[in-house]
Amino acid sequence: MHSSGISTGEAVLDAFNITKKFGELTALDGVTIRLKPGSIHALLGENGAGKSTLVKCIMGYYNPDEGQILVDGKEQSINQPKDAAALGIGMVYQHFTVINNMTVLENIVLARPALPSFIDWKKEAEVVSKKMQTMPFQFELDKQVSSLSAGEKQKLEIIKQLMLNIRVLILDEPTSVLTPNEADEILQEVKKLSQNNGLAVLIITHKFREVMGFADTVTVLRKGAFVGSQTVAETNPEILSEMMMGEGLDLPPLERDATQVNSNQAKLSLKNLSILDNDGLIAVDDLSLQIYPGEIVGIAGVSGNGQSELTAGLGGQRALKNGVIEVDGQTFSPVRRDLQKHRYFVLPEEPLKNACVGNMSVADNMALRNFDLAPNSWFNSFLNFSAIKRESKKLITAFNVKTPGPDEVISNLSGGNVQRAVLARELSQQVNVLVIANPCFGLDFKAVSDIRNLIMEARNEGAAVLLISEDLDEVLQLSDRFYVMSKGKVVLESKPNDVDLTEIGKAMAGHMEAAA
Amino acid sequence: MLKTLEAFAVTLVAIIISLVLISIFIWASGNSFIEVYQTIYKGAFGTWFSWQNTLVRAAPLMLTALCTAIPARVGLVVIGGEGAVVMGGLFAAITGISLNGMSPGFVLFAMLFTGALSAGLWILGVGALQYYRGVNETISSLLLNYIAIAILNFLVVGFMRDPATLNKPSTHHIGDANMMGVIGESSIHYGLVLGILLCIALWFVTSRTTFGFSMKITGGNPRTAKLAGLNVGKIILVSCFIGGACAGIAGVVEVAAVHGRANSSLNAGYGYAGILVAFLARHNPMAIILFAISLGGIQASGGLMQRRHDLPDASVLVMQGIIFVVILASEVFYGRLKIPNLFQSQKTAQENAA
Ligand SMILES: Nc1ncnc2c1ncn2[C@@H]1O[C@H](COP(=O)(O)OP(=O)(O)OP(=O)(O)O)[C@@H](O)[C@H]1O
Ligand SMILES: [Mg+2]
Repeated sequence: MHSSGISTGEAVLDAFNITKKFGELTALDGVTIRLKPGSIHALLGENGAGKSTLVKCIMGYYNPDEGQILVDGKEQSINQPKDAAALGIGMVYQHFTVINNMTVLENIVLARPALPSFIDWKKEAEVVSKKMQTMPFQFELDKQVSSLSAGEKQKLEIIKQLMLNIRVLILDEPTSVLTPNEADEILQEVKKLSQNNGLAVLIITHKFREVMGFADTVTVLRKGAFVGSQTVAETNPEILSEMMMGEGLDLPPLERDATQVNSNQAKLSLKNLSILDNDGLIAVDDLSLQIYPGEIVGIAGVSGNGQSELTAGLGGQRALKNGVIEVDGQTFSPVRRDLQKHRYFVLPEEPLKNACVGNMSVADNMALRNFDLAPNSWFNSFLNFSAIKRESKKLITAFNVKTPGPDEVISNLSGGNVQRAVLARELSQQVNVLVIANPCFGLDFKAVSDIRNLIMEARNEGAAVLLISEDLDEVLQLSDRFYVMSKGKVVLESKPNDVDLTEIGKAMAGHMEAAA
Repeated sequence: MLKTLEAFAVTLVAIIISLVLISIFIWASGNSFIEVYQTIYKGAFGTWFSWQNTLVRAAPLMLTALCTAIPARVGLVVIGGEGAVVMGGLFAAITGISLNGMSPGFVLFAMLFTGALSAGLWILGVGALQYYRGVNETISSLLLNYIAIAILNFLVVGFMRDPATLNKPSTHHIGDANMMGVIGESSIHYGLVLGILLCIALWFVTSRTTFGFSMKITGGNPRTAKLAGLNVGKIILVSCFIGGACAGIAGVVEVAAVHGRANSSLNAGYGYAGILVAFLARHNPMAIILFAISLGGIQASGGLMQRRHDLPDASVLVMQGIIFVVILASEVFYGRLKIPNLFQSQKTAQENAA
C-alpha cells in the first residue's frame, strides 16, 4: 500500500497502517484509524490490545516502525510530543500528569510546549483567567492541585489541553478513576465541545455505557490488530464485546455460596482506627467494623473521604494514629511475619505506584509477598531465581497476564495487565484476609468478571474481604453488607438487597450523621 | 540481559567521551595526549612496581565506594565516605594506642571492630536523619565529612598529639607489632584482600539474598516495600551501617597498614574518589573492584605524569572530575540509547532465511 492511495476525506487526523514492535512483541500490527472534526471516536480493546501504544505513536511518544500519521491529509513526522502539540493534537494520559504541589495556574502554564525563559505570572493569570471563561469547567487559579478530587484533576488535565487551542483531543481512559456521575459530566462537556467547536476526539475506554452514550464511531483492536470500525448507531454492546474478545465468550456468573460458616469470632476487626492524611489532618476518624469469615464487606463512597488512607493504614503504608487491627482475635500489625502468618493481603489502588516496583521484572514483582519463603528461597535467606521465575510463569498463565515474559520490566505492561499481575500475587495463595481497593479500575469487562469471581471465590472459601470501592455497582454486586464512608467515618450500614439509593446518595454527599 | 548491556554501553560511551575531554585538557597544557596516556598506563600497570602502587591505592577506593554503593541500593545518595574513613581511622588509632602491648592479633581485630563500628554508626546517623526526620542524606553526609575532619584535627593537634610529629600533627604510633602486614614480598597490604572480599561478599548479599532483595524493593519503591511488610527503616539503617563500616575499614587500613597513626592523611580524598568509583560501577560491588583498580592506576601514575610531562599535581583530580561529570551526565542516555537487539535480529535473519 502507498500513501498516495489514501483518500483522506474530511478527516483531520489519519493514523495509517501503524505497526509498533517492542522487541519480539508486536503491540500494533498495521492499525488504521481516522478522526473527523466534530465527532467522538471511541477506541475499544481488551487490556494490552495496544490502545495506549497507538495513541502514544500518534503523539510522538513512540516512533512507529511502520505507517504514517496524516494531519489534514498531509503526512507529518511526529517525533516527540512537542511536534504533536504544534500540530494541534493534545492528549490526556492514562495516569495523571498534573503536578500536585503546584497551583492550577502553574500547571496550565507549564503545559505549554514552548515556555518563555521569563514567565510574567501576573500577565499569565490574566490571560488564563480570561480564557478560562470560555472553558467548560471553571477553576480557581491559585488553588493547590493536591486539594483537588480525582474528578477535578481529570477536568484540569482536559483544560490544560484545551488551553493550547487543540483540534484533536485524545483521552486515554479518562473515566477509569471517576464515579459514573463525574464521568458523565465530563463526557457531556467534551461532547458539546466537539459539536460546537469541531474538536475531533479520540477516547479510550472500557465502558460500553460511555461508548453507546457519547461516541459517534467506534474502533476495536484485538491483540494489536484492527478488528473493525463502526458507527455507534449501528452497533451494540454484544457486537462490540464479540469484536473485542472473539466469538463464543461466555462470562461465568458470579457464584455466591449461600451456606455460610457462621462464626461469632470476627476474622478482621478494626477498632477505633484513626489515620492521618499527608497534611496531618484526620482522614480516617475513629472507624470500627467487623468482618466475619466468608463475608465481603463493602465500603462505598466518593473518593477523598479517607478511603485511600484507610487502605494505606491497613496495608502498613501509613501509621495508625489510634486504634487496633485484630485478625482472628489477635492484635495484628502489618509487618511481614504477621502478614505471612495470617495470610493477610492488601491491594491498594494505582498498583504501579503503590504495590509494584516499576523498574523490577514481572517475576520479581510477583514474588514480593513470598520471596523469602520456600520454594522462592533456601533457608529463607538465599534467593532461588529459577523458582521465582517458575512460580511467576504459573501465575502469568493462571491469571492471563499479557507480558512478553516474566523478565519484562513491569512498568512496560499495559495498565490493565499491571493490575492483573498484582492481583495474581495477592490472590494466588490461600487468602485469609483480603483488603482490596478499586480492584477493577482500568480493566476490560472480561478481566472485571474474572477478578470479581476470584474475590467471590476467596469469600466462599471463608476469607474475610474488605472491598473499598468508588464504584457503587461493584459494591452492590459483591458485598454481603456494606457501609458508606464519608469524612473518614462509616455512616450507613446496609445490605445490597434492601438498598435505598436516595439514602445512600445522601450519605455519600455527607448529609448524614454517624449511624453506626 | 539487555539492561546490563545498556549499562555497559552507556558507561563505555561515557568513558570514551571523558577520554576525549581529558585529551583536550592535556593538549591545552601543551602535551601530546598519546604520550600522556602511555605514561598513565606505564605508571599504573607498566611494571610490577607500578602495579603494587596501583593496588595499594585501589584498596581504600573499593571500601569507600561501598559506602556510596550500598546505601544507593536502598535509594539513598550518600557521599559521606570521607568522613567515615576519618572516623574509622581515628577510632582505629585510639584503639591501637590504648591496647598497645596486648596480643597483636587481638589489637588488630579490635581496631577493625571499633573502626568499622564507629564509621558504621556515623553513616547510620545519616540514614536515621533521612528516614525519621526527612533530612536530605546527600547534604547531611557531606556536612558530616567536615565535622569528622574537624574532630580529627581537634584531637590530633590537641591532646592526642604525639609531640614528636612536627610537620604533620599526628596521634602516637599504634606500635609496629600491631601493624597489618603486607602480602609476601610486595608493598601491598592486606587491606586489598579485605576490600576484594567485602566487595564479593556484598555483591553476593545484594544480588543473591533475600535481604538484598528487600533492599532493592526499598530502593525501588518504599511504599511497596511497606505494603510487603518489610521493615523499611531497619533496611535503610542496616544498609547505611554496612556502607559506613566499609569506609571505616578503609580508615583502619590506612592507619594500621600505611601510616601507623591517625593524621590528616586520612582525609586525602579517598572518600570522594570512592563516590566516583561507585557511580562508574553503577553501584554494583563486583564492578567496583574493577573501577577501583582503574582509578587507583590513574592516581598512581600522577607522580610519573608530573615528572615526565610537567603536568601539575592536580591533573589527576582534573581527570577524576571530568570522568565524574561525564558519568553523571550520561544518566540521561538510559532508555534513549538504541541498542540493536543482536539476539533478535539474528533470529529474524534465520526466520527470513528459512
Ligand atoms: N514500553 C514498552 N516496552 C515493552 N512493551 C510494551 C511497552 N509499552 C507497551 N508494551 C506492551 O504492548 C502491549 C500493548 O500495551 P498497551 O499499553 O498499548 O495496552 P492497552 O490496550 O492500552 O491496555 P490497557 O487497557 O491495559 O491500558 C502490552 O502487551 C504491553 O506489555
Ligand atoms: Mg492503556
